[in-house]
Amino acid sequence: MAKIEEFAQVISQKSLGSNIFDLTLKAPQIAAAAKAGQFVSVYTNNAAKLLPRPISLCGFDSKEGTLRLVYRVTGEHTGTEEFSRLKEGDTIRLLGPLGNGFVIEEGKKALVIGGGIGVPPMLQLAKAINDCNCRTPMEIVMGYRDDNTFLLDEFQEQGACFISSDNGAVGTKGTVVDAIRENGLTADVIYACGPKPMLRALRDYANENGITCYVSMEERMACGIGACLACVCNSTDTDDHSKVKNKRVCADGPVFLANEIEL
Amino acid sequence: MSDVKINTAVDFCGIQMKNPITVASGTFGSGMEFDELVDLNKLGAVTTKGVANQPWAGNPTPRVAETSAGMLNAIGLQNPGIDTFIQRDLAFLEKYDTKIIVNVCGHSEEEYVDVVERLRDTNADLLEINISCPNVKEGGIAFGQDPKQAEHITRLLKDRAKQPIIMKLSPNVTDIAEMARACEAGGADAVSLINTLTGMKIDVHRRTFALANKTGGMSGPAVHPIAVRMVYQVASAIKLPIIGMGGVASTEDALEMILAGATMVSVGTANFFDPKITEKIVAGIEDYMRTYHISDIKDLIGAVR
Repeated sequence: MAKIEEFAQVISQKSLGSNIFDLTLKAPQIAAAAKAGQFVSVYTNNAAKLLPRPISLCGFDSKEGTLRLVYRVTGEHTGTEEFSRLKEGDTIRLLGPLGNGFVIEEGKKALVIGGGIGVPPMLQLAKAINDCNCRTPMEIVMGYRDDNTFLLDEFQEQGACFISSDNGAVGTKGTVVDAIRENGLTADVIYACGPKPMLRALRDYANENGITCYVSMEERMACGIGACLACVCNSTDTDDHSKVKNKRVCADGPVFLANEIEL
Repeated sequence: MSDVKINTAVDFCGIQMKNPITVASGTFGSGMEFDELVDLNKLGAVTTKGVANQPWAGNPTPRVAETSAGMLNAIGLQNPGIDTFIQRDLAFLEKYDTKIIVNVCGHSEEEYVDVVERLRDTNADLLEINISCPNVKEGGIAFGQDPKQAEHITRLLKDRAKQPIIMKLSPNVTDIAEMARACEAGGADAVSLINTLTGMKIDVHRRTFALANKTGGMSGPAVHPIAVRMVYQVASAIKLPIIGMGGVASTEDALEMILAGATMVSVGTANFFDPKITEKIVAGIEDYMRTYHISDIKDLIGAVR
């Protein structure tokens, strides 16, 4: 798996509301190597903010040589705030594609689930499932905070969508699990990205119903390439690389089988 | 372009390094993860992540937090233990034309001794001893914060080690020169400094510590002037060769360390914001030497007094 450092040029950027931004970059080498569920390390242009920001790939187009990052600005004076000011023609340094990405279980009915800022990477996965010519049936469940249902129109192009919102403004009031139960959704495989409580609830739901469940994890990172051991998550068994019950989210993940890690 | 012949090679405790640049322990793994991005053959040495006699699980997450021009880490010396390290990491480094400095950690004298003895018949060229680990038997105070303990552990390990030993000094002391003299008295072959400075960051929105461990080791460009001052002080206090480190992020930063008295320089946190920085600094030092017509890098070591 090649890791490539690339100076990406900004093609466009727009706000999706709620401090969420949609950035399209020209980065042909990374785009050619990328898989759904992988991420890139994005470096700031300010040396005082020295750690790269790991941002999942919401999309990529190997023909066009583009990457799409949909990310949330985490606060004032943050690296993500700096990224939100990038304009067409600006350059930004990337390292990627990083992490393992999703493996699609072909032919097995899929539930593609995203919650909050875990929504964006699931769009590329939904496209990959439809593009794999493997006749994999799919339903999509997205959990939002409120009525800002960013990217939902694009998910609807990929398959039947069910939604939940924390405040009940749209869809089922509550979590994605509430939406799954309310709509009686079943599947062979769950693919999910979102906050830990959501992933935990999905793991339990999957275990109760004999469903295979893949989750994409998030953790504070430093190097992004598996060297510094900052971003570990606890694993249920002793990991072959670490020899302790820790797996590296950046290098061994971010996608794990829900039952191989402690959520 | 001047065609001055330049020599960047240094002798460090009898080991010939092609240039003075290595990496700070813990920021580079054993080089495996950086292999696609950096030509390891270009480095004077690779310094590996600290290894203990048994696997260590390390601390809970979050283990890192960014600070202004720096970062805090509390990884907790997670490592796979010496057996896996020898079979996997040292075997990997065998293929490269670079020297190997193995960083060693332990909770007790016995644990340090165990690791040092297991490394006797390996391809490790030098051992760097992390004496910032808490000594469990002495109430958890770090070996490197008490000159008597530092001298004692140095003597013990010097006696058992086959390779030259480098004692890695903590800056979290009143007088780092005193610690360096203690290591020299104990028979150390070299010292390296500085380890990280203990710091804390509080997340005001969550009203909790940014690190699960509450405190962490601060590193990065923000600590560089402190490190330069300490390297200068230690170089003035002892005769042993020094590996200088602490916030080195550019050629100029590395040269400051050498001019202050370091024979070698480690690049640490900078590997996180530019994975290719080590090679750039190696090339930058060569350019500097050509620009100023310096034929031998030895002429720069400790040149500012």
